Amino acid sequence: MNLRGVLSIYIFEMSRMKRTLGQSVASPVISTALYFVVFGSAIGSKINSIDGISYGSFIVPGLIMMSVLTQSISNSSFAIFFPRFTGSIYEILSAPISHLEVVLGYVGAATSKALIIGLIILATANCFVDVQIQYPFLMILFLFLTSLSFCLFGFIIGIWADNFEKLQIIPLLIITPLAFLGGTFYSINMLPPVWRTISLFNPVVYLISAFRYSFYGKSDVNIGISLGMIGLILLICVIIIYFIFRTGYKLKP
Amino acid sequence: MNQSVIEISKLNKIYEGGFRALDDVNLNINQGEIFALLGPNGAGKTTLISIICGINRFEHGEIKVGGFDIKKDYRKARSQIGLVPQELTRDAFETVWNTVSFSRGLFGKKRDDAKIEKILKDLSLWEKKDNKLMTLSGGMKRRVMIAKALSHEPQILFLDEPTAGVDVELRKSMWNQVRQLRESGVTIILTTHYIEEAEEMADRIGIINQGKIIHTDRKSELMSRLGQKELTITLENTLETLPSFLAPYKDLLKIEGENLVYKFDSNNSDHSIENILKLIHQNNLGYVDLNTKQSSLEEIFVNLVSAS
Repeated sequence: MNLRGVLSIYIFEMSRMKRTLGQSVASPVISTALYFVVFGSAIGSKINSIDGISYGSFIVPGLIMMSVLTQSISNSSFAIFFPRFTGSIYEILSAPISHLEVVLGYVGAATSKALIIGLIILATANCFVDVQIQYPFLMILFLFLTSLSFCLFGFIIGIWADNFEKLQIIPLLIITPLAFLGGTFYSINMLPPVWRTISLFNPVVYLISAFRYSFYGKSDVNIGISLGMIGLILLICVIIIYFIFRTGYKLKP
Repeated sequence: MNQSVIEISKLNKIYEGGFRALDDVNLNINQGEIFALLGPNGAGKTTLISIICGINRFEHGEIKVGGFDIKKDYRKARSQIGLVPQELTRDAFETVWNTVSFSRGLFGKKRDDAKIEKILKDLSLWEKKDNKLMTLSGGMKRRVMIAKALSHEPQILFLDEPTAGVDVELRKSMWNQVRQLRESGVTIILTTHYIEEAEEMADRIGIINQGKIIHTDRKSELMSRLGQKELTITLENTLETLPSFLAPYKDLLKIEGENLVYKFDSNNSDHSIENILKLIHQNNLGYVDLNTKQSSLEEIFVNLVSAS
């Protein structure tokens, strides 16, 4: 295994985060902090508690998950799209490095960035509202699996996209609405039965529900089903990436 | 007998849409040589290089690099290759040092600052090591691409149009660097539009057209075997028609004003300069000057490509 090759990609990508600290870290932290100020403190103080949890605390897992989803996708999609765009991908393709190692380098770095951002947002949330974590191990596990799955998804988008517009279209038009409607700001049990059923087709519901369970021990959906859903997303992404490399789709003419 | 470091047999490449970029290519590159691959635009030069380096796929044929199959033993094969691509691709926001170090790591080589320093100094890039690539001139960027390709100490170096868009001074400096690399044992495969470049540097030349290798030979052999010589005889008096004693040479002679131009194959003893000059002398045809010229590689290249 070419571990040095993996590490080189990883360090190269992490140094990009250092170089663009404002865009990579400050921007998601500030926007999430604004959500806490508006929904948590200002409006949240007027809203009743949900499942015995104050509204401000209730939205913390959803907001972290929303940021982690969007950051995972944007980091990994940009990481592979940029060398394709500039042409420097030739270096990756001609190096003695396997497809798995390339994915490990790029997706590993993007997952690390998403985890760091998720943990920073958690620390920021703690400054505004009372946050408890009942199952810290489970919280880290869900955070990691979700970051990994959506970084793999972002990697697929980065290979599929031919231009910057395509790169943005899925995160903006699909992921953000799904995150908003996935129970970030409410419990889906509060919805009328029809809308609750429809919401169950939204995969983000399972991610937020499981993540919230690790904080407060309360969830909208059975924790096992949520874990299965994360596993399914991960599996689908791995299969698609396998076929991308096998066929050389948009990478090797 | 020279040992082959690259062996290509029956290589075919058909792009989606049916365009046949390579047509049954067979080619061996010898260790330690400078091999120039010449061909018109779209002949298949870059496709061939890209396939050997792993950038393009291929379905039919076999390629071995250093004895290793590029599909089955891709790690061992690729670790021997350095590639300087035609396009000036770069991560504009990275520094020279970081991008060259990245390339070394990518090929699984242990960090070696002294090695990177030597490469940058050899390529006159040391003063620019902390500069971002976006701030460098075109020539400097081209050198950075070479530094990246050399960072993992490859045994085989592909230079795809290395001096395209580079000024004459820098081009000559690059030629010297390429020669130094060859002296250190690196095999160099060069594609170029500048025939002068191939004529200046190559040990062996391959000519590719429409995806087929139409000729490979040592440069000296190619030029002496396929090249024509030209003798220009400046006469004392202008001729209107060719004298009868020169009739046996009528297909090789042309009257151009006061000059009699004799184009001949130097390998054919019947066509020797001595014979024709003896005839001219015996028949008292006065002349004031003689000038000989050998056809250039460019002329040979044009003849071969147009004949294929």
